[in-house]
Amino acid sequence: MNMKEGTFIDQTVAKGVRFLLVALLIITGIAAERIGLVEYLSDPWEREYVLFLVRQHLYLVAVSMALALVTGLAAGIIVSRKRFRKFAGIVMYVIGLGQTIPSLAVLALTMSFLGIGSKPAIVALFIYSTLPIARNTLAGILSVSPSIIDAAKGVGMSPTRILLEVEIPNALNVILTGIRIALVINIGTAALGYLIGAGGLGDLIFTGINLMRTELLLAGALPVILLALVGDYLLELLGVIIVPKGIRMAA
Amino acid sequence: MSLWVFLQDNLSMALFLTWEHLWMVGLSLLIAIVTGVPLGILITKNRKLAQKVIGGANVIMTIPSIALFGLMLPLLAVFGHGLGKVPAIIALVLYSELPIIRNTYIAIKNVDPALVDAGRGMGMTKWQLLREVEIPLAIPVIIAGLRTAAVMIIGIAAIAAYVGAGGLGVFIQQGIARSHEAMVLAGALGVSLLAIVVDLGMGFLERRLTPRGVKA
Repeated sequence: MNMKEGTFIDQTVAKGVRFLLVALLIITGIAAERIGLVEYLSDPWEREYVLFLVRQHLYLVAVSMALALVTGLAAGIIVSRKRFRKFAGIVMYVIGLGQTIPSLAVLALTMSFLGIGSKPAIVALFIYSTLPIARNTLAGILSVSPSIIDAAKGVGMSPTRILLEVEIPNALNVILTGIRIALVINIGTAALGYLIGAGGLGDLIFTGINLMRTELLLAGALPVILLALVGDYLLELLGVIIVPKGIRMAA
Repeated sequence: MSLWVFLQDNLSMALFLTWEHLWMVGLSLLIAIVTGVPLGILITKNRKLAQKVIGGANVIMTIPSIALFGLMLPLLAVFGHGLGKVPAIIALVLYSELPIIRNTYIAIKNVDPALVDAGRGMGMTKWQLLREVEIPLAIPVIIAGLRTAAVMIIGIAAIAAYVGAGGLGVFIQQGIARSHEAMVLAGALGVSLLAIVVDLGMGFLERRLTPRGVKA
């Protein structure tokens, strides 16, 4: 009786949600037309410009993320080695302090030292995305149970094999979360890159705000949101594919 | 050096912007606590609902802040509040919800069931259990959530200067626009310092408010 009632309510709620989603989609479409977004994007020149900015944005994100991945993973792994492990506490503290500094401040500070353009923006994005990756790599490896590592030692694995076949796979979930955080922050901060002359989709957002032109604003804001959501989703998917089964179950 | 001169010349402005920054963040946190903590407690009773609420808050976190301002601008412009403090405070509240709700939920869920049982055995009502056992034990984790939220929205409030919300971001915005390096530095260092001080302060509060029995 109770269960049936529950499923009935669930179904009604699900129906309501589906209805709301369809309604939202229709309203968004009408709003896009009314605001002039559709007209704006159907102009071939403007569309070309938006696509150019998307590519520029992706370039900023891709270069800085690639550098951050290499540096963050390497830093996390090096500090987790036995010889450097005593510094782990200090390193975590410094990374935490770095993460406290707001993204706009990091960009502004980089600009005061390196000037304007896409290079300083990439440096700022790189520094800011390295922190969560290094932090989670270190935390992930440190949290691998010592008994598992002992077992690996017991079966005669070399330190390199222990790292590659035991520590990293066991820490993979945490490391991937760090990469996800870094990517989402990176995509959002890259939108601020326009302020220091790096271009990207922030161009449309800030111009739209300054000129009060909603269609420009949305043509910049919506792709940024979409990029962040898709990037986050893709990395989640990657996690499902590459994280070993036994660990996923435990998590 | 020029930074020092700039600060001496504009001390009252700097203090005013810092205060403006702080009260925007404080008010947003207050609203987020009043809504987020009860919601976090409420969803401990229903696992499915909890997944949905936390998942929803997660999606909001994924949206870059400047894009959220952009999205809200045309919506709030209908009511005549597209620019200024209103969109800023709405965004700040939305971004602080996730750490607050999530930490409240996790904290209440992680209270040792044996302690709750003991309370029940002493004849406590549900309310008493919540107020005298579960919440006090959950406080440190909830404060940790507040700390995360506070540090994060201090940074987002700086970006809100671009939608006319004021605060220390104004120095960064105006400084970049005028190529006034000392002004940019004053803004960037000011915001960073504010975030670090608040982080340390909340960390202190976190330790102070941990019940003595739990510390052990």
